Amino acid sequence: MKSACRLAVFLVAGLLAACSNKDDALNDITTPAPGSVGAIGGAGGSAADPRSPVYFQQAVGDRVFFLVDESTLNDAARQTLNGQATWLIQNPDYTATIEGHADEQGTREYNVALGERRANAAREYLISRGVAANRLRTVSYGKERPVEICSVEACYAKNRRAVTVLAAGLTG
Amino acid sequence: MRRAVQSFLPAALTALILPIMMALTAPTTVSAQQGPLRIEITDGVIEPMPFAVPDFVPQSEAAAEYGTSLARVIASDLSGTGLFREIPASAHISTVSDFGAPVQFADWKTINAQALITGSVALSGDRLTVQFRIYDVFSGVEVGSGLQFVGTTEGWRRMAHKVADTVYSRITGEAPYFDSRVVFVSESGPKNDRRKRLAVMDYDGANIQYLTDSNALVLAPRFSPTGDRVLYTSYESGVPRIYVMDVGQVQRRVLETQEGSMSFAPRFSPNGRTVVFSQAQGGNTDIFSMDLATGARTRLTNAPSIETAPSYSPDGSQIVFESDRSGGQQLYIMPAGGGEARRISSGAGRYGTPVWSPRGDLIAFTKQNNGRFHIGVMRTDGTGERLLTASFLDEGPTWSPNGRVIMFTRESQGTEGRAQLYSVDISGRNLKPVPTPDGASDPAWSPLQQ
Repeated sequence: MKSACRLAVFLVAGLLAACSNKDDALNDITTPAPGSVGAIGGAGGSAADPRSPVYFQQAVGDRVFFLVDESTLNDAARQTLNGQATWLIQNPDYTATIEGHADEQGTREYNVALGERRANAAREYLISRGVAANRLRTVSYGKERPVEICSVEACYAKNRRAVTVLAAGLTG
Repeated sequence: MRRAVQSFLPAALTALILPIMMALTAPTTVSAQQGPLRIEITDGVIEPMPFAVPDFVPQSEAAAEYGTSLARVIASDLSGTGLFREIPASAHISTVSDFGAPVQFADWKTINAQALITGSVALSGDRLTVQFRIYDVFSGVEVGSGLQFVGTTEGWRRMAHKVADTVYSRITGEAPYFDSRVVFVSESGPKNDRRKRLAVMDYDGANIQYLTDSNALVLAPRFSPTGDRVLYTSYESGVPRIYVMDVGQVQRRVLETQEGSMSFAPRFSPNGRTVVFSQAQGGNTDIFSMDLATGARTRLTNAPSIETAPSYSPDGSQIVFESDRSGGQQLYIMPAGGGEARRISSGAGRYGTPVWSPRGDLIAFTKQNNGRFHIGVMRTDGTGERLLTASFLDEGPTWSPNGRVIMFTRESQGTEGRAQLYSVDISGRNLKPVPTPDGASDPAWSPLQQ
């Protein structure tokens, strides 16, 4: 039941309420799969279908990367976000949560704050490209959810990221 | 004797009858309040003081198990400081079979036991009565007067810690700290699928209890000044928010912070009525305080930089925090109500996670420099910086209740990287891991239990 709920959170955000039972909240908390590897979110359909979340994730590119301790968007990041903005404008049924992350070379609290800065930088850029602000949320995972687990720069570079995770439907 | 309580039942926290302490009448030897038996911690002790603690004399067969267990925990507490060294029972010449009989000092001198702790334990139903005395062997006198503690069998370890605390305090002149707990984050799973849940245990790793399940990511729990509540950050709503949990009841509520914001890095004020924390919104993190009774929020910083990791001074008048307003993370102190902040850190590298010592004299911090992490301390004006540790990743110091020991998180590097708790004393000696069944991070030491 728990894992079914977790999936449902992404497929139909409205199910969230049905899945969480307030009386038993401690033991049955539905948690959006936090920063899971790939962060597919509402991914479905085929990569060949340009309207599918899989296409968004793989062809458009769901993530941008940052330098150490930076939240500045470089040219590559802006290009990816241009693609994301275009896709989101063409697919108005989707909302998105932008997850900000940091590498492990930092203290825990600071990295939460830094991840929020990165997520917000991506969000502000998408808004500047015409995506409605109420479709875009942010969350920071700090250094808690690395995708790469080696302790060298090649891995750190992939962990310093902002990932745009799609969800179906405007939930207000 | 360690028990891992796998449920959320807070039995060990609530069912204890607190030890009753009463002085015993003086024995046949002369009582010496200020005996020559003394460890000055600030002196940079090199040779630990040898001591002996024979099994406490059981007053019945049923009490024998406790007689041994009490002595073992007392020995572990004292040896664990690095200031004392136990002379094992196998080397003892005398056996203590009568707590009231005169001590054969010559036998203890022969094995070079400078301090001797003797005790008795009586069991009546689930009620334990523990008596003990501390001797300066070479002077042939008692150090202070004997004491008696009464408690339940369930609280036997606490009684052992109380005895060891008395020995530690009388010999070092420092405030005690063994009868304390640590709340922390228990970790399992690989780095890219780490599961975290809140746990609480005795300071030495015994009596672990879990306070949450691992469905939601949790970070950085902090005890209230009386140890009955814990603040922590959880992602159970999808974004980081601050919760306050009643440890005895394992009930929690969310702190109602700004709608649409993320909140984290909470700590109690010294009177337990206010929480100071960080709130992130729109790409900016600032420090706020909240009155727990009214929910009223006050903004304490207002800068485009990251302000986080606030910690009150013990008198509640000031807050030390970290900010990257100058470019990298540095430490600052401001009035508790907000206002102008002065920077106190000045060395090379980045400084974060400051924590004010309970004695008020020092601030512990995490330092990053040249790709290494350190736990260090400095005076509150930023002078006298000393680094106590160095590793791939050390962070998040917490103070023992007496301000003499620091516990922190050490994470090893690489794909098999794992977090573990360590402790070190403020002179940088006695660095050692704190035993936990799984990975562990973000320790926060409780005040001394009442």
